[in-house]
Amino acid sequence: MDEIRDLYQQVILDHNKNPHNFHKMDDADSALEGFNPLCGDHYTFYVKFDGETIADVSFEGSGCAISKASASIMSTALKGRTRAEAERLFELFTSIVTGKIDVVEHVAELGKLAAFAGVAEFPVRVKCATLPWHTLHGALQGGATRVSTE
Amino acid sequence: MNHMWNDSSTPDTTVGTVYDAQRVRADFPIFSRTVRGKPLVYLDSAASTQKPQAMIDATSRFYAEDYSNVHRGVHFLSQRATDLYEDARSEVRRFLNAERDEEIVFVRGATEAINLVAQTYGRSQLGAGDEVIISAIEHHANIVPWQMICQEMGATLRVIPINDHGELQLDAFEDMLNERTKIVAVVHVSNALGTVNPVREIIATAHRHGVPVLVDGAQSVQHLPVDVRDLDCDFFTFSGHKIYGPTGIGVLYGKKALLDAMPPYQGGGDMILSVSFERTVYNETPFKFEAGTPDIAGVIGLAAALRYFRSFDIAAIAAHEQLLLSSATARLQEIDALRVIGTAKEKASVISFTLCAVHPHDIGTILDQHGIAVRAGHHCAQPVMRHFGIPATARASFGMYNTMEDVDALVHGIHSVLEVFT
Repeated sequence: MDEIRDLYQQVILDHNKNPHNFHKMDDADSALEGFNPLCGDHYTFYVKFDGETIADVSFEGSGCAISKASASIMSTALKGRTRAEAERLFELFTSIVTGKIDVVEHVAELGKLAAFAGVAEFPVRVKCATLPWHTLHGALQGGATRVSTE
Repeated sequence: MNHMWNDSSTPDTTVGTVYDAQRVRADFPIFSRTVRGKPLVYLDSAASTQKPQAMIDATSRFYAEDYSNVHRGVHFLSQRATDLYEDARSEVRRFLNAERDEEIVFVRGATEAINLVAQTYGRSQLGAGDEVIISAIEHHANIVPWQMICQEMGATLRVIPINDHGELQLDAFEDMLNERTKIVAVVHVSNALGTVNPVREIIATAHRHGVPVLVDGAQSVQHLPVDVRDLDCDFFTFSGHKIYGPTGIGVLYGKKALLDAMPPYQGGGDMILSVSFERTVYNETPFKFEAGTPDIAGVIGLAAALRYFRSFDIAAIAAHEQLLLSSATARLQEIDALRVIGTAKEKASVISFTLCAVHPHDIGTILDQHGIAVRAGHHCAQPVMRHFGIPATARASFGMYNTMEDVDALVHGIHSVLEVFT
């Protein structure tokens, strides 16, 4: 059961229970839906920019503990970052949860996002952790209004 | 409910028919493996059942000893394969108690069977303003094919509503029938809720209005005895892999007069009598619906699975599964945070549930660490989920090989889910 504790770390359980920035944003510059048709996870992400900087991020919707905590922690991690920094974190986060790189070397940079390293042991749950990030990535790139995991 | 089953390895000889699930497990080689270091607790039979050795052997024996293409061949092996293939059709006919072998059409599964009826019967019968009736607890496989053909023909899809137990509201159904109704297509047992629909009553009601009925038996044939003549259904569909048979093979039963009157489904070899560039004469029922080389090994494997299944008293299997269902339901309902979705009076051994504040996906992952296989999601029945105001459920479903130990493991597993989340 150690793997389960690695996956459901306390910080993830806390953010699942009490997600941060969990609300609609009426004056968002970008609103994008993230959707996993297989399990029904469904969120809308809102982003407000101040030039190249992400001034605010929020989200609403429903899904599993991993996706909701990921959305919550991502929203706190991205506030105040530049687009380029956000893209860098997107790449880093994706590499960590897919087990491509070792979390140990990036703990400082990742902060609370490091809690998702345990997802790498659960391949079917990688999409849960990355759904918010892929959606945000879509918002940064512009274009699509809906991002699906499938 | 009487005690005619037994879960222990020492059968209770004081009662009539004994059903010994432990001995049944020995026929399924998958149970000799472990999952994540734990004995396999397989509670996902509604998605697909595990396979008995008899079915696996019949399939590999066919490839090793009897293999050839079927029909038209003059050589020994082709005749042998054709005999096995057509014997399998008779086996299915006996299983459903259909009148004639020609009423059994082999398809890829229940999904293709329903598409076949929608695209042939539906296309030839439906016109603008006509109506098709389905129910609110259908699998997507008995929604989308009708939606597609209705859209194409300008017909309307109407839906029998359900109550909060997940039971059909039959009064509303009778009111929906009218001279524009061309077909009723209903599920026999709901995959998401376990509800057993009163199909005999539905069929009788529809027939009073002269409307034929398709029964989707994908979740029923493995849980209760089915007799298509007794039900008097016009079409009946099921999938092999959900009744201990191979994947990729299923059955459409149709009354011969209806099948004869229907246009063919796909064009190709085997479904013709003669072809010229000017005109093709189609083969007879059922061959006109079986274009191309069929899944011969699948058909032979299906027949072996049905023979295996029929070697038991189906009523005894049903009684055993009902015991597991009632015990699991009672024990799960003792858990405060747990809500059983689907509380119909008549249910097959399927339990959908939600756990307060724990998403079904998380339940599934944690149970999997205990070697327990359940399904989490919308179960291809999104309208059902919408009715109950939930995005998904966790679903435990029992088959002929499950035991009370499996129920114990499930209850224990759910407690460990709650431990993680509190």
